[in-house]
Amino acid sequence: MTSTIPSSLLECSTRLESLLAAGRGAGADLVEVFLERTDHLGLLAEQDTLTSVSPAFGIGAGIRVFLGSRDGFVSTNDLSDATLFRALDQALGMLGLQRNGAASPRFEGLQPLRDFAGDKGDWLQRCPLLQEASSRLLEGTDLLQRHGRHLQVRRGSYARDWQEVLVAASDGTHAHDIRLHQSLGLNVLAADGDHRASLGRRYGTTDQPDELRLWDADAAARDVCDSAGTMLYADYVEAGQMPAVLANRFGGVIFHEACGHLLETTQVERGTTPFAEQVGQPIAHQAVTAIDEGLSSGAFGSLSMDDEGMEPQRTVLIENGVLQGFLSDRAGELRTGHPRTGSGRRQNHGFAAASRMRNTYIAAGPHSPEQLIASVDRGLYCKSMGGGSVGPTGQFNFAVEEGYLIENGALTRPVKGATLIGEAKEVMPRISMCANDLELAAGFCGSVSGSIFVTVGQPHIKVDSITVGGR
Amino acid sequence: MAFSTLNADQLRGDLERLAREQGISQWDLGASCSTDTSVQVDRGEAKQMKGAQRSAITVRVWNSDGLVGITSTSDLSESGLARALGGARDASAYGNAADTPAFSPLATAPLHPREQRLHDPQTILQLLDTLKDAERQLLSRHGAINTVPYNGLAQRSSERLYLNSAGANRHEALTTASLYLYARAEEAGRKPRSGGAVRLAHGAGELDIAGCIDEAAERTISHLDYAPITTGHYTCVFSPEAFLDLIGAFSSLFNARAVLDGVSLSNRESIGQKLAVPFLNIHDNGLHPGNIGASSFDGEGTPTARLSLVEGGVLRHFLHSEATARAFGVSPTGHAGMGAKVSVGPDYFEVGPAGDGAGGCGQLGLDLNRSSEPIVLIDSLSALHAGVKASQGAFSLPFDGWLIQGGERRSVEAATVAGDIRTVLNNLVGFEGQPRVTPDGVCPHVWVQGLSITGEA
Repeated sequence: MTSTIPSSLLECSTRLESLLAAGRGAGADLVEVFLERTDHLGLLAEQDTLTSVSPAFGIGAGIRVFLGSRDGFVSTNDLSDATLFRALDQALGMLGLQRNGAASPRFEGLQPLRDFAGDKGDWLQRCPLLQEASSRLLEGTDLLQRHGRHLQVRRGSYARDWQEVLVAASDGTHAHDIRLHQSLGLNVLAADGDHRASLGRRYGTTDQPDELRLWDADAAARDVCDSAGTMLYADYVEAGQMPAVLANRFGGVIFHEACGHLLETTQVERGTTPFAEQVGQPIAHQAVTAIDEGLSSGAFGSLSMDDEGMEPQRTVLIENGVLQGFLSDRAGELRTGHPRTGSGRRQNHGFAAASRMRNTYIAAGPHSPEQLIASVDRGLYCKSMGGGSVGPTGQFNFAVEEGYLIENGALTRPVKGATLIGEAKEVMPRISMCANDLELAAGFCGSVSGSIFVTVGQPHIKVDSITVGGR
Repeated sequence: MAFSTLNADQLRGDLERLAREQGISQWDLGASCSTDTSVQVDRGEAKQMKGAQRSAITVRVWNSDGLVGITSTSDLSESGLARALGGARDASAYGNAADTPAFSPLATAPLHPREQRLHDPQTILQLLDTLKDAERQLLSRHGAINTVPYNGLAQRSSERLYLNSAGANRHEALTTASLYLYARAEEAGRKPRSGGAVRLAHGAGELDIAGCIDEAAERTISHLDYAPITTGHYTCVFSPEAFLDLIGAFSSLFNARAVLDGVSLSNRESIGQKLAVPFLNIHDNGLHPGNIGASSFDGEGTPTARLSLVEGGVLRHFLHSEATARAFGVSPTGHAGMGAKVSVGPDYFEVGPAGDGAGGCGQLGLDLNRSSEPIVLIDSLSALHAGVKASQGAFSLPFDGWLIQGGERRSVEAATVAGDIRTVLNNLVGFEGQPRVTPDGVCPHVWVQGLSITGEA
C-alpha cells in the first residue's frame, strides 16, 4: 500500500538529496525528481440541478535519469523511500546503470530552495467552498434559461485544480511552487424541430482564488445564448477554397495548431517540423509576429516556474515573419541545442516534461477588424473556433463553431459545419493582415506530456486562402 | 517490476472499519493499480524508456437521506481511505435527489467466463531491442521512409476490483501490450507523407510485429503518390477502423445516459424504430476475443455482456448503467463507469450485415477495384474530438485515403469528409470483404453513397 500524503512536499527535500546522490553515484549525467500533491474539485450543473460533485486528491513522483542524450523515466504514486529507490533503480537500469552504494562525489547537494509558493499557502482555503461554488454555477445555468430560447440542455461546469510541486535535480535545481487553475464552462443545446445547435464557452484563470466570485455569469450566459440563437437556423457552409477572417481570442487556435506545435523542440527531435533549419529565415507573412510566454498575469498558461524548476520567459517565436527560435525544455536543449525557455511542462508526475506552449499568440497589428472584413469579397468569418489538431507532417485542422459568410466586404448569414484544414508552411505566409484587438482565451492542449493548461490568442487576422471543409 | 498489488480482503476490512467509525453504512469502491513499461526509439537509438506504477480508488458513500457523494484518490493508505470516505460523505450533502445511483442488482451475478492468459512482462531492454529491430525493418522498406517519428512498444500488468457494503466482490487481473509504428516518408520536391499501424495483444511476445511493419510500410508508401481531389459528392468506402471511429463518435445514439440528458439524437421512443438500412446490424460485445484489455465487469460490478444495439436497421437496445436501467425499467447492461453521476459507454462494436436477410443484405461482395465510378476509400479519420457534433448528428473530418478510378488508386492530398450520421446510416450501399478484427471493434469495409468531400483541387 502507498504512503500517506505529506502535509507539505518541502518535508521531502532532505530525502531527495540521497536519491539524487545515489543516481549520480551510479553514473547518471543528471537525475531529476518531480514531486506533486494535488487537490481537485469538479462540479457539473444541468438545467437547475447540481448533478455531479467530484473531489479528488493525490500524490506522485516522477524520476528522470539522463545519460548522454538518452533518458529513462519512472513514475509512482507511492512516496515511501523504498519505492522511490526502486523507481530510481528501474530508471538507471533502463540506461544500463546500477547503484553501487557509494556516496557520489559528483553531486554537490541541492542549491538553496527557490520557493515560488511564497504567499500561495492559503490559496486552497481562499477558493469558494462547495456551497458557494455550486450556487454560482446554478446561477449560470439559470441565466442561460433567462437569456436563451429553444434551449433543450443547459450545462455549467467548474473545475478547480490545486497543485503543489517540488523539483529537485542533481545539478542543484531545487524549486517549489503552488499552482491554482480554475475553469468555468457554459454549454447549451438549442433545438427547434429539425434545427439543432450546440455551443459552449470556457473561461479559465491561473492563480486567482477569487475567480469564481468575480465571474461575470450574466455576460457569459448572454454570449452563449446569442451564439446559439444565431447558429440554430444556420445553413451548412459551402465547401471550397476561400479567404477567411478569424476572430480574436480563441481564433488563436489556428496558430497554436498550425505553427506553435511545430516550434516545440520535441518536433525538432522527431524530425517532424518543416522549420527545423529555418531560424533567421522568413516562414510567415511579414505581418505576423508571434510570441509564447508564461508571464501574463492570471492567464491560463502562466507559470511561476516550469515543471523543470525554471522560471518562464517571454519567447519571441516569429518576428515580422522571420523565425526567431523554438520552445525548449531540458531534453530539447540536450538533443537539439536550442536553449531552455522555461517551457518544460507535463500534465502530472506520470509524464516526463516536454517542450510545450504556455500563452501563445499572434501580436496585434495596425488594422481594425472591420478593415479585414471589408477586404474580402467572398469568404468565411470565423467568430468562434472549436478544437483542432496537427498531424505528423504538419497538416492541421480545426473546427469552426460559429461562422458567417463574408459577401462584398460585409458579414451576411451564419453558416455551420465548417472545418479549416491546411499545412503550416503554406498557411503562415497567407496571414496577411492583423487587427489591433489582441485578446487571449483559455484552453487545454493534449500532446506528448499529457493535457496541460494553455492560452491561445490573437487579434482578428485575415488568411488570404484556406481550405474550408463543409457540405 | 511490480510495485504493488490490490489486496481486496485488506481493502474491504479497512473500509468496513473506517466506514463504521464515520457512521457510514452504505458504500462502494472501485480500485485499480497497474505497472507499465514502454520504450520509444529514434533512428536506432533509445529515445525514451518509461516505467510507471499507478493506483487509484474511487469511493461512493450514501448518506442517511439516500444521497450519494464520491471522492477519488491515488493514496491507498489507511489515512487516504479515511480521507476519501470523509470527502465522499461531505460531497453526499450535494447529491442529486432526482437521480441517485444504487447498487447494481447484478453486482453479485456470475461473470461470463473469459479466456485471457496473464503474461510475464519482458525486460525493458528486450522491449527496446524489439522496437529497434522493428524500426530498422520499417526504414528499410522504401527509400523515401526516412523516420518513424511516432513509435512505441508498451506492456501493462493491471488489476481492478469492485467492492460494496452489500457483499459484492469483483476482482480481475489483466496483461496487455501494444505496438505502434507511424512512419514519415518524403520524396524530392514532394510533400512529406505519413502512415502507420497499431497492434495489441495480451503480452509483448504475442504482438504481430511483422504484420504491424507490413501495414505501416504499405500505408506510408501508398500515400507517396498523391494528388488533390476535386470538391464534390462521392461514394465512399470506409475502412473498418474509420467506420468504427465514426460509429464510436456517435455512440450517444445508443447511450441511455445521453438520452435521459437530452443530448442524444435518440429518445425514449426510439427503441423499435428504424435507424439505418435494413441490412445493418450493430452489437456491443466487450467479451469479443479481439477486445484486448476487456473487463469482465463494469464500474458498478455488472457483468460485461454482448448487447444488440441495431438489428436489421432497427434500434433494439440502449447501453445502460444501474440508474438509467432503472429509469427505463430494464436491467443494467454492463456499460457503466463509476461516479456520483454514472457515465455510460460502449466497449467493443461488432458491425456487419444482418444475418437473417430480412430487408435484404445490401450489395455484399462489392469490389472497389471494379467500380466504374470514382470511389473515395477512407482509410482513417482525424480530429474526431473537434469535427463531430454528436448532439446534432453532424461531422466534418479530415481523412487519409485514396481516390480509386478505373482500377487505379491515388492518395488524396489534404481533404475532409462531411455529412450527417443519420444520412450515413441510411445511405449504406453494402459491405465489402470479411469483417476485420481491430482494436476498437469488428467491421468489414462499408460503402456509403453521396458523402461530401472537400479537397484543394
